[in-house]
Amino acid sequence: MTKKKAIEDVTVRAFGKKTDLFFNVIIGLFAITCILPLFFVIVISLTDENTLSQYGYQLWPKKWSFAGYEYLATMGGELMRSLWISVIVTVFGTMINATFTSTYAYAISRKSFKYRKFFTIFCLITMLFSPGMVANYIVVTNMLHLKDTLWALILPMAVSPFNIIVMRTFFKRQVSESIIESARIDGASELRIFLQIVIPLAVPGIATISLFAALGYWNDWFNALLYISDDKLVPLQYLLMKIQANIEMLTQNAGTGAQFAGGLAAVPKEATRMAMVVIATLPIAATYPFFQKYFVRGLTIGGVKE
Amino acid sequence: MKEVTPKGGLENSSERKKRSKFRQKFANNGPFIIFALPGAIWMVFFFYIPVFANVVAFKDFKFSPDGFMASLAQSKWVGFQNFKFLFSSNAAWLITKNTLLYNLGFITLNLIIAVFFAIVMSELRHKKLVKTYQTSMLLPYFLSWVIIAYFVMAFLNPEKGLLNSMLHTDINWYAEPKYWPFFLLMLGTWKGIGYNSILYFATVMGIDPTYYEAAMVDGAGKWQQIKNITIPQLLPLMTLMTILAVGNIFRADFGLFYTVPQNSGALYNVTSVLDTYIYNGLTATGDIGMSSAASLYQSVVGCILLVSTNMLVRRFDGDSALF
Repeated sequence: MTKKKAIEDVTVRAFGKKTDLFFNVIIGLFAITCILPLFFVIVISLTDENTLSQYGYQLWPKKWSFAGYEYLATMGGELMRSLWISVIVTVFGTMINATFTSTYAYAISRKSFKYRKFFTIFCLITMLFSPGMVANYIVVTNMLHLKDTLWALILPMAVSPFNIIVMRTFFKRQVSESIIESARIDGASELRIFLQIVIPLAVPGIATISLFAALGYWNDWFNALLYISDDKLVPLQYLLMKIQANIEMLTQNAGTGAQFAGGLAAVPKEATRMAMVVIATLPIAATYPFFQKYFVRGLTIGGVKE
Repeated sequence: MKEVTPKGGLENSSERKKRSKFRQKFANNGPFIIFALPGAIWMVFFFYIPVFANVVAFKDFKFSPDGFMASLAQSKWVGFQNFKFLFSSNAAWLITKNTLLYNLGFITLNLIIAVFFAIVMSELRHKKLVKTYQTSMLLPYFLSWVIIAYFVMAFLNPEKGLLNSMLHTDINWYAEPKYWPFFLLMLGTWKGIGYNSILYFATVMGIDPTYYEAAMVDGAGKWQQIKNITIPQLLPLMTLMTILAVGNIFRADFGLFYTVPQNSGALYNVTSVLDTYIYNGLTATGDIGMSSAASLYQSVVGCILLVSTNMLVRRFDGDSALF
C-alpha cells in the first residue's frame, strides 16, 4: 500500500525535468553547506602543521599528516578525562532524565490518580515563566552548593517539563486504561504495571526523549561554563571552548615567543585542536542518521494537548 | 504492615475504618505520588525556588558562605535601584533592540526558507535524494554552538581562514562589527532550517493527493497547485510556529551570540543580547544587581509575551494552543 502511494506521489507531485534539476541544484548546494564545514575541519585536523602556518586552512592541503592525532594520543590525560566526564554525564544524565520524565508523565496520564490535575498544573507553570540565569545560578551555587561537582552538569537538565507534557499525551494514546485495569485485577502492583506493561508499550516515546536528553548532555557546555572551574571536571565541549580561547592567546604571543620556544613550536597546535573537534563531533555525526526518525518523530509523538 | 488487631469496641472499629480508608487512598494514589515525586522535587529546586530567588533583583546582593537564606538576609533592600541603573544605561536599549531584531530576523528567514525547502523537496522527483538532502541538513541542528564556532573560525580566522585566502583580503573578521549581523542571522537560520523544513515537509506529504489530482484535471499548473493547495494547507502550522516563536522573542540563543563571535569586545555593539549581557554581568563584571534586574526584566516580558501569544493561538485555533 505504501508502495502504491509512493508511485502516485511521483506522478502527481513532481516538477518538470528542467525545474527539477534547477531545484535539485539549489537544495543540493544548501545541503552541501551543512556537511562541508565538518569535512573542512577533518581536513584541517589531517594537515601538516607547517603547511597550515604557511598556507592557512585549505580544503585540499599540499601535505597531509596524522601529527594532530598522534599528539592527541600522547597528550592523553586531559583529553581522556574530559571525554570520560562527557560520557559519564551523558549516560547518567540520560538515564535520570528519561526515568524522571517518564514516571512523572505516566503518573499524570492516569485517570485514577486523584492529584493528577495538581501535578499537571505544577508542571505546566514551569513552562510559563523562566526563573532566569541569575536566579538559577544563585540557587545552584549558594543553596545546593553544587559548584564544581558533576551534579552541576547533570541536575540542571535532569527533567524536561515540555517532554513530560509530550509523554503524558503519548501514554494516554498508547496505553489504554483497559489493559492496565485487567493487569490490576490480576493483582499486579502499580510498579509492576509500569515496568512490565507500560514501558514496553511506550518504547518509541521513551527512545525519543532519551535521544534528545543524550544529545543535550553531550552538547552541553553552558552548565560547565557557569558551574565548573575545577580542571578535573571539564567536559569535552567546554574543554574545546577553553582551548579556542587559549590557543589564541598562544598565537597572539607567538610573534615574539614561538621562535626560541622550539619545543612549543613543534606541537601541532592547530591540527590537534581540530582533531579534538572531530572527536567531539564524530559520535553525533556517525549515529544521528540512524536515529533520525526518532528525532523527527519527536514533535509528533504526542501533540502537546490531548 | 504489622498491626495489632483491635479487640472489638465501637471506638476501635471506627478508627480502623478510618485507617483502612486512608490506607485504601494511599494504595490508590501512593504509587503515583512516588512516581511524580522526583520530578516534582526537581521543579521545586530548579523552578519554584529560583523564581522566588528573583527577589535579589531588588537587593544589593552579596554572596554569603552560610547559604542562600543567609545571603538573602544579609543583603540590603534597594527597591528598584537596580532597574533604574539598568534602564538609565545605554545597554538596556541596545540589548533589547538586538534581541528583538535578531529574533525577528530568525522568525522571518526560518519561515520563508523552511516552507520553501519543504515544498520544493516534496516536489522533487528522486525521493532517495530528498532523504539524503534532509539528513545532511539536519547535521548542524545536532551540533553544539561550540563546534559550530570552530567551523566558523575555520573560515573567518584572520590569518589562516579560508575566506581571507579566497578573497585575497586581510580582514580581521572578529573585529569588524559590520559583517556580524549578517553572519549571525545566517548561522542561526542555517542551524535550524533542517529541522524546521522537515517539520513542514511532513505536513506537505500528509496532504491528500486527490486534491492535486483534481487540480491537475482542472488544468492547474504547478505554481497554482502550490499557491492554492499546499500553502493553504500549511498555513495553520506556519501560524502556530510563528506565534510560538514570537512568544520566545525575548530569549536569545546564548550559544550563538556568545561562542561564535568568541566574546570579542570589538563586536559587542552587534552581538550583545539580553542573555549575553546577563551572563557577562554575572561573571565578568560581577555586577549581580544589574544582571539580576536584566534577568527579571527578560523573564517578565517573556512571560507576558508567551501568555498573550498563546491567547492569540487559542483564538485562532484552540487545538494548537500550548495551554
